[in-house]
Amino acid sequence: MGKYILKRLGMAIVTLWAIITITFILMHSVPGNPFANENKNIPDVVYQNLMRKYGLDKPYSEQYVIYLKNIGRGNFGESMKSNAETVNEMIARGFPVSARLGAQALLIALIFGPALGAIAALHQNKASDYIAMIVSIIGVSVPSFVMGSFLIQFVARKIGWIPIGGWGEFRHTLLPSFALALMPLAQMSRLMRSSMLEVMGQDYIKTAQSKGISKMTVIMKHGVRNAILPIVSILGTTVSNLLVGSFVIEKIFGIPGLGMFFTTSVYNRDYTLIMGVTVFYSIVLILSFLFVDIGYMLVDPKIRLTEEGH
Amino acid sequence: MEKTDLIYSEEMFKKAPQKLRDAETIRRPSIKYWPDVWRRLKQDKLAMVGLGLLIIMGIMSIVGPHISGFKYYEQDYSNINVKPNREYWFGTDELGRDLFARAWLGTRYSLIIGILAALIDLGIGVIYGGIAGMGSQRVDAIMMRIAEIIYSIPYMLVVILLTVVFSTAGSGTSMFVLILAMTITDWVPMANLVRGQVLQLRESEYSLAAESLGATNSWILRKHIIPNTMGPILVNVTLTIPRAIFAEATLGFLSLGLQAPKPSLGTLANDGIAGMPVGNFYQILVPSILISLIMFSFNVLGDGLRDAMDPRLRK
Amino acid sequence: MEKLLEIKDLKVSFQTFFGEVEAVRGISLHVNKGETVALVGESGCGKSVTASSIMQLLPMPPAFYKGGEILFNGEDIVKKSEKEMQSIRGSEISMIFQDPMTSLNPTMKVGKQIVEGLVKHGKLSFREAEEKAIEMLDLVSVPQSEKRVRQYPHEFSGGMRQRVMIALAMVSNPQLLIADEPTTALDVTVQAQILDLMKSIQEKFGTSIILITHDLGVVADISDRIIVMYAGQLLEEGLVDEVFKEPRHPYTKKLLGSVPRLDMDRMEVLHSIHGTPPDLYIPPKGCPFFDRCDKAMVICKEHMPEREYHTDSHYSCCWLNHSMAKKVAEGSEV
Repeated sequence: MGKYILKRLGMAIVTLWAIITITFILMHSVPGNPFANENKNIPDVVYQNLMRKYGLDKPYSEQYVIYLKNIGRGNFGESMKSNAETVNEMIARGFPVSARLGAQALLIALIFGPALGAIAALHQNKASDYIAMIVSIIGVSVPSFVMGSFLIQFVARKIGWIPIGGWGEFRHTLLPSFALALMPLAQMSRLMRSSMLEVMGQDYIKTAQSKGISKMTVIMKHGVRNAILPIVSILGTTVSNLLVGSFVIEKIFGIPGLGMFFTTSVYNRDYTLIMGVTVFYSIVLILSFLFVDIGYMLVDPKIRLTEEGH
Repeated sequence: MEKTDLIYSEEMFKKAPQKLRDAETIRRPSIKYWPDVWRRLKQDKLAMVGLGLLIIMGIMSIVGPHISGFKYYEQDYSNINVKPNREYWFGTDELGRDLFARAWLGTRYSLIIGILAALIDLGIGVIYGGIAGMGSQRVDAIMMRIAEIIYSIPYMLVVILLTVVFSTAGSGTSMFVLILAMTITDWVPMANLVRGQVLQLRESEYSLAAESLGATNSWILRKHIIPNTMGPILVNVTLTIPRAIFAEATLGFLSLGLQAPKPSLGTLANDGIAGMPVGNFYQILVPSILISLIMFSFNVLGDGLRDAMDPRLRK
Repeated sequence: MEKLLEIKDLKVSFQTFFGEVEAVRGISLHVNKGETVALVGESGCGKSVTASSIMQLLPMPPAFYKGGEILFNGEDIVKKSEKEMQSIRGSEISMIFQDPMTSLNPTMKVGKQIVEGLVKHGKLSFREAEEKAIEMLDLVSVPQSEKRVRQYPHEFSGGMRQRVMIALAMVSNPQLLIADEPTTALDVTVQAQILDLMKSIQEKFGTSIILITHDLGVVADISDRIIVMYAGQLLEEGLVDEVFKEPRHPYTKKLLGSVPRLDMDRMEVLHSIHGTPPDLYIPPKGCPFFDRCDKAMVICKEHMPEREYHTDSHYSCCWLNHSMAKKVAEGSEV
């Protein structure tokens, strides 16, 4: 088991390094310089000073090493556009918000998605199956920003208690979490349905039934327990999608999360912020992938033992 | 064992002539592959709806921008934010541009981007997967490791970064960059699929390949592997397109999309957000419905294809 | 001899897209306490459906009981509710399946799977349950049982898994064990071990066994009686000795004739039965073996023959038994 984790960790670090490097290269291959757009008439001296401040006057390779070192220390640098905060501080401000949004959405998706899919599978071709399938198809087809805007228009504007945007109390999180959760929920539901159908047709279900245990036990301990495996394996990409989806949702609902910082920084060409957020998000994602891998290993005895038995 | 209601005659106990027997006849007609797939697909009503919608939208995306009488970039300041009426069928946006023309043009661009991206994924995937599958164990292992690492790089982040880098500030990205950004990590599942198929089929023809060299390999590839792989590949492509369109729409929504005034469904939605608080809901409604319909259609079509090709679900 | 199980004129069909498939078309048989009955036939003849019907494990749409009774200890279990069946399954009647590679839950420890039914039926504590599981593993000769009890199915070989299946089925000491092709998926040497195991269990616990198979060698090994099934109907039945030595039905004769023997001449052609069983969407009116029978007569196509008893225990259903068929039966008719 330990070997497996180490292997995964190794790959995670390699991937992370790849991203950091790619980010670095990309940021520095943008034509022109970051200060040129703002004000074409910066006096030379000021320009030199700014370059020196951000270390842009050094050769690339040196900048790269410095950057890597900084990241190692957890320092993402200073924002180029905002004078008030460092990148670290901005991340610290925005991340908890986004994290909460994402976590809530993930919870909703995880609880209702597989449940819906399992019910559909068990009542195949009956009314509940069709309803579940329609919901899933809609969830998979309607992008989150569409759902978000619809929800604002038709729910928030009609029900006073639910705000149309902003952040602060629980009710602010309702619509955004739901809008964000819908697509992963639908995907999980579809996946669970087909997985469950396949599992229930397996021989060991017949064995379980022949033992005279209750139907519910057969469904849960033999059916769901095995059908849930594919869902665990897509958790990584789900988290990744949630992350991106949150950018969009934060924009629509005006939520002051990291996503909003990111999109504004992209728009403003605030390079240190872009790099910082990108690297930070990458770390978050890669850690999630790692946890998902470990989780999958715990849930599927075959993987656990293949790695152990080596 | 006399059956009381039966009258026995000598005739009954004579040996039965050959023509009374038909043990070897097979009672059901034999079926060819692709026509059967099509037949089964037709049975799936939802998939047919999707197909129909796609055809309609495809046609509209070609002719739509021309039939409304307005050009998509024409701005008319006396007619800004007009709700849909007889003149402007979908209304106008805040610059007075006809939304009907813009919407269908946006559909066109979204479809092109999505389909191109999926095709490029297909191309890279098939080549990469084919090489990995046909190559030696080592080659395969190394290639798949690299693919795994590439795939674990967060897709969207790369896309966003690339679009940031290669677009001019504030005014959008070129189509080429968008497509490039989207295909850079997305080809991996396709490569995996192709590799798996190649490996499977390679094992089964192994003895044949072992007998003759070189030329026979490519023959096997052409005659056996490719026809058998086409099915799953087709399904994968059909399901990749909505992913690409969704990615493009998201980018557009985050102001990273096509350069103005070129519309895409994502940028239109982005523009439409501004109209929501002031009651111009139609501005976001139109692109939203169009995107949803496209994604819905490709999804159900892909599902239908997959089910139609699954031997276990034969009816 | 007490009758443990009695099936009377059982008819089971499946409702499919293309129409009704009559899988079991009126069969009657019995199983006595402590005996092993082999149910033999080709793939698709309905033997597995019969077995599943006894346990009521068939998916009720699309399957349905068209008629008949299944009497277990005198009670008709076709009429029982699902809840009542649950208390019978696993504790009174158990089943083991063909493919040990897929018959066990891959995500549940083996020990738990063995005693799962017991924990529910007998209300054991988990500690007692584990001990019982170890005991069962010992019974079926799985080595290192204390260690094995906590392992997962994929850590066992095919033969071992089948032993686990047997342990699982026997844990509540059922009166009747239904074995659906238990050795088909196993190597020949392992086959022999499993059959020996089943025999010893029967001797120890007095369990009745219904052995479903298409392998006559397996039948010869451990069965007391043999029943021949074809296209949803029973064609012949009797003690193993009787049927093997004096088969009366043409199908049975062909089956026995097609078994390769070690003392065969090397140049002798292997005998097989040409043709395939009839399509059960359009079930034949008369004898189902008509199309493939060498001695088929006109009457065979139209009417299904009834049972003719040759001894108390041996009968066959064939028009050749009829007095008027003497010429054909002896082969003098061309």
